[in-house]
Amino acid sequence: MTNATPAPKKKHRFWTMERKQSAAGWAFLTPATLMIFVFSFYPMVQAFLTSLKRGLPTALTYSDPLWRNYQRMLKDTVFTQSVANTMTYLIIQVPIMLVLAVIFATLLNNKDLKFRGLFRTCIFLPCATGLVAYSMIFRTLFTYDGMVNALLMNIGILSEPINWLNDPFYAKVVIIVGLVWRWTGYNMIFYLSGMQSIDYSIYEAARIDGANQFRQLVNITIPLLKPIILVTAIMSTNGTLQLFDESVNLTRGGPANMTITMSHYIYNTMFTKNPNFGYAAAMSFVILIMVAVLSAIQTKVGDKR
Amino acid sequence: MREGAFSKKASRFCMYAFLIFASFISVFPLYWAFISACNNTQQILGGRMIPSTHLIENLTNLFAQQDVWRAMKNSFATTLLQVVLSLAVSSIAGYGFEIYHDKYKDRVMSILMLAMMVPFVAVLVPLFQMFSKVGLLNTWVGFFLPSLSTPFLIMYFRNSARTFPKDTIEAARIDGLNEFQIFIKMFIPMMKPTYASAATITFMNAWNSYLWPKVIMQTPDATTMPMLVSNLMSGYVIDYGVVMAGVTLCSLPTVIIFFILQKSFTNGVAGAVK
Repeated sequence: MTNATPAPKKKHRFWTMERKQSAAGWAFLTPATLMIFVFSFYPMVQAFLTSLKRGLPTALTYSDPLWRNYQRMLKDTVFTQSVANTMTYLIIQVPIMLVLAVIFATLLNNKDLKFRGLFRTCIFLPCATGLVAYSMIFRTLFTYDGMVNALLMNIGILSEPINWLNDPFYAKVVIIVGLVWRWTGYNMIFYLSGMQSIDYSIYEAARIDGANQFRQLVNITIPLLKPIILVTAIMSTNGTLQLFDESVNLTRGGPANMTITMSHYIYNTMFTKNPNFGYAAAMSFVILIMVAVLSAIQTKVGDKR
Repeated sequence: MREGAFSKKASRFCMYAFLIFASFISVFPLYWAFISACNNTQQILGGRMIPSTHLIENLTNLFAQQDVWRAMKNSFATTLLQVVLSLAVSSIAGYGFEIYHDKYKDRVMSILMLAMMVPFVAVLVPLFQMFSKVGLLNTWVGFFLPSLSTPFLIMYFRNSARTFPKDTIEAARIDGLNEFQIFIKMFIPMMKPTYASAATITFMNAWNSYLWPKVIMQTPDATTMPMLVSNLMSGYVIDYGVVMAGVTLCSLPTVIIFFILQKSFTNGVAGAVK
């Protein structure tokens, strides 16, 4: 909290124009700055302190040993399962999504393409759908007697229906398919916007030199888009580690916690079972550290290449 | 040469086929949800692809089961309040950081940027404790207060303030406007597109937010649309027609905004990297 106070305003005899203007600047930025300190940084410190406590939400006391909640995590199979699930989504879904997004952006950046705007609107449309809404749609599509099974059986891909939402493997597949559906267009927009700052004549020159689309992508687009790809990778990682809506609404974390995410388990710890705020805070602090570490790694790797 | 022309044609055909397929997959679930709002459970599970005549029936059942008006009111009130207040607080801060920047303000800004890396779930427990202590549970203020000021929006407005001409500021000062008046009378009108983008993206985020409302809006009186939709599937017998009617009502505002303000939305999404 102490950092929040802006640089000290010394009392001078003269309110010079410059000082007046600087003071106006401080006045303009203070409300927003204070809010971020009160609703982000201060709770972050509080979360760490709470993670060292145990007991009922109304009577939290420091635990003995202090790291007791963290010890408990290692033995908590639901927690380790939730970490494994979340990492599975991260490792499989994020690369698929980002590669698809780069491919779409490359195709749509072609000025000779007909119906560019229409394709772009279509692929971007899932972003207009709320996370709960699309979870409900996918749950209905993939339900046992639902239309995906009916369709796959009609065209002969399946001989008997798959129990998508009640099978540990297929339930994860449905979540990953849902996430890719919802977020690919979102990431594509970043790349398309980044490509606008790439001089189009580079591509034309490459084409005259006989470079095909794939070569253009690998040798021109990806190197120039690297900073943006890094940003999207960090944002996707951050978002995936916090997955909640899909786990709650699409699979209900099931079957038997096989698709539950960390945020979902934290919520359950806070509200549906005997509430344990200390333990919930400890688990949420682990997410904070994972986000920080993974972003740092991605930044390092991204800088080197 | 003929072979080259042929393979070029083939690759072009593949490209269009791929894009049409991707577009179809992207649009289909939403299209299907909307037409399914007009179908009954049997038709929905069977995979009917065109609307039937059950829309009124589904809506009647939905409104009978759930207090949709109340959820709509809560969602619209919290979302619109969040959009207006969030833009006000964040835009003046972004303006302040850019126009009056010095090394101290730049340092404060870089500290604020760190908040982008703080996952919301990491502050969930303390925020809940804080808000219940001061009596903000189940209130509209409690809904939007934590996300009013975001590093993303501040940065977005700070970047756009960079294009605000210094001459305009000087001229306005000579005309006798004070610093706040310059912001209100010169900056805001000139930056309408920036405000439109920020408003669109904030609307989408606020309307669809789920984790925090689920934590803080606990009584039925405080239910928002995503929570209402989520509750539709909790019974033993699920009426999928009603579920899809709920999904449609919940998605309509964001889909309409998407089509009307697509350019603003696109700019807002991409704004983070500019």
